[in-house]
Amino acid sequence: MMQADVLKKVPVREQDAKVRAANFEEVCLGYDKEEAMCEATRCINCKNAQCIKGCPVAIDIPGFIEKVKEGDIAAAYQVISESSALPAVCGRVCPQESQCEGKCIRGIKGEPVSIGKLERFVADWARENGVKPEGAAEKKNKKVAVIGSGPAGLTCAGDLAKMGYEVTIFEALHEPGGVLVYGIPEFRLPKQAVVAKEIENVKSLGVKIETNVVVGKSVTIDELMEDEGFDAVFIGSGAGLPKFMGIPGEQALGVFSANEYLTRSNLMKAFDETSNTPIMPGKKVAVVGGGNVAMDAARTALRLGAEVHIVYRRSEEELPARVEEVHHAKEEGIIFDLLTNPTEILSDENGWVSGIKCVRMELGEPDASGRRRPVVIEGSEFLMEVDTVIMSLGTSPNPLISSTTEGLEVNKYKCIVAEEDFGATTKEGVYAGGDAVTGAATVILAMGAGKAAAKGINEYLSK
Amino acid sequence: MYRIIRAEELAANIYLMDVEAPRVAKSCQPGQFVIVRMDAEGERIPLTICDYDREKGTVTIVFQVVGAATEMMRHLKTGDSFQDFVGPLGCPSEFVEEDVQTLKEKKILFVAGGLGTAPVYPQVKWMHERGIDADVIVGAKTRDLLIMEEEMKTVAGNLYVTTDDGSYGRSGMVTKVIEDLIESEGKSYDVCVAIGPMIMMKFVCLTTKKYDLPTVVSMNPIMVDGTGMCGACRLTVDGEVKFACVDGPEFDGHKVDFDQAMKRQQMYKTKEGRDYLRAKEGDTHHGGCGNCGGDR
Repeated sequence: MMQADVLKKVPVREQDAKVRAANFEEVCLGYDKEEAMCEATRCINCKNAQCIKGCPVAIDIPGFIEKVKEGDIAAAYQVISESSALPAVCGRVCPQESQCEGKCIRGIKGEPVSIGKLERFVADWARENGVKPEGAAEKKNKKVAVIGSGPAGLTCAGDLAKMGYEVTIFEALHEPGGVLVYGIPEFRLPKQAVVAKEIENVKSLGVKIETNVVVGKSVTIDELMEDEGFDAVFIGSGAGLPKFMGIPGEQALGVFSANEYLTRSNLMKAFDETSNTPIMPGKKVAVVGGGNVAMDAARTALRLGAEVHIVYRRSEEELPARVEEVHHAKEEGIIFDLLTNPTEILSDENGWVSGIKCVRMELGEPDASGRRRPVVIEGSEFLMEVDTVIMSLGTSPNPLISSTTEGLEVNKYKCIVAEEDFGATTKEGVYAGGDAVTGAATVILAMGAGKAAAKGINEYLSK
Repeated sequence: MYRIIRAEELAANIYLMDVEAPRVAKSCQPGQFVIVRMDAEGERIPLTICDYDREKGTVTIVFQVVGAATEMMRHLKTGDSFQDFVGPLGCPSEFVEEDVQTLKEKKILFVAGGLGTAPVYPQVKWMHERGIDADVIVGAKTRDLLIMEEEMKTVAGNLYVTTDDGSYGRSGMVTKVIEDLIESEGKSYDVCVAIGPMIMMKFVCLTTKKYDLPTVVSMNPIMVDGTGMCGACRLTVDGEVKFACVDGPEFDGHKVDFDQAMKRQQMYKTKEGRDYLRAKEGDTHHGGCGNCGGDR
């Protein structure tokens, strides 16, 4: 049997950087059973496990790892699914380094236990071996509507179904999954093999999903509660419209939001020749921004054949993207133009992007976010020749639900106001969580909010 | 699945379909649009709503064959289904919220160009049902491309049909009819609603500006999700970025940057041209389209 190095994670196999830069197959190949059982031996099963505290959905991490150690993967899966509806997703996209693994005692001296890769292995094993989460023992005679089938909605729906509620998810797009389907690329999160299967699991708990329903337009929350008999509603409608920089030339042909670029490739499969939806592959692409979405857009453009530059106004240390994503992007050949900020987009006589004017930045005093504020270096203006620009600067909230729901309060950023512990909004029986409340954040935080709201809704409906 | 209960060709390359979509039929208003997808590989295509029957739960759409997706869509027959049909999207026309009495006191002119006749129809019908007679100009390139004349006649106050080539009705562009009505036929209007190709809306706006006639236009830029997520449909209106799918599709025509919008609409033209030819000619297409070798 393999022996684990106490200081180091069992390495995980990945597709070679040169090969994967030209395909959309998954980058990380995951552990096999032997590797997983070996890595599991590194967990010392702390009594007061810090990792659980680092997990927004509080998975019993030492509990499931113990089962992996014993080789009983089905049992490990049941431990995880008590807390998480989407383990195959979380094992792939959670920022473990700042959550569970960030708190792992092993990490004080050496590397933490590879909790994310173990979770992924357990979920993949369960899927391949037909193990399903366990449903409700008895039905409650109450109906809950969940708006949005992204991570918040799926988690909330899954938890409520396990408690015995009759749950219907309303999804605006033609396919369920939200950001898991339109936002995160295939090479990080396979759509058919992983996302569709996890959604099947949620459906197997009795959750119904109605696609092509834009709540706020097709039907309002009041109509759902008054005419369609829903006793409570959870809003997990996600983030909204992309932000732009407001610099001259931003409406030139060849300037896209990362949302558009990724939606075309991920949801509409534009990377695939058989899809009818077009995408501009670009020859030389600048992606403006430094978050996970920027990395996803950059690595997508790279796979479509472009030379890709990340243009970010702060330094590498401040990149909001996960370390693993930055590392993968670099390995694949993405060029990082750091401390660089665009000031104008130039276009040719036909209106197509021909380049961007940029300035160099240096870091000054810390700003409100605690990060050192980038300051323009005088006279540093230069031209970068590109034919495509992808803006990845975050999003502002979608107004469709807040503007059509009487009594639902929003804050000054137009995010829905929801109480933190249980997701209650200012409207009775209506709960909310995820990006619709916090603005753009992570999959797992949205799941945590969906989970909290499920508790809140259960309490409300049990009164 | 969303079943088609009527499909007919209105004119060359222009098709009308009644589609079962109860949720959309129940809540849609004049000015709004839908997005349809024919099958699992299909594009999401935004289409204006031409009519609706709340009791039957059907929505009427009209489309013109312009690219690969609509070329395939034209072959759908009564009894076939759309894979997806979502809506209503966008904001209803502003007048829907206005007091009917106030509206009755206004003189309203609708200007429809080509396929734009379809989305103008439910607006004029809405007015008619509330006892408001609006004047309507319908323009088409030629007689064979004129659609919905009979339907429009039953709901319009005065209907003025014009063809660019003079083959039917008046002769010349819709802008000429606006000028004739106001300058030589003693008409005056308080508001104009113009829907049609962007180039037509641009010139209608240039014309109505001369008369200080407030003009509402319905913009149809490229869209992907249509629900306020992708930002592809952005326009500049009065110097500000607006999203047609959630802020529109109707805007103050005198403030829209049409030249920019028209440029942006061309973004995928070459790619679409290639796909169109592939869909139409299949394996028999061997170049010569002027698009295959394009560098974009």
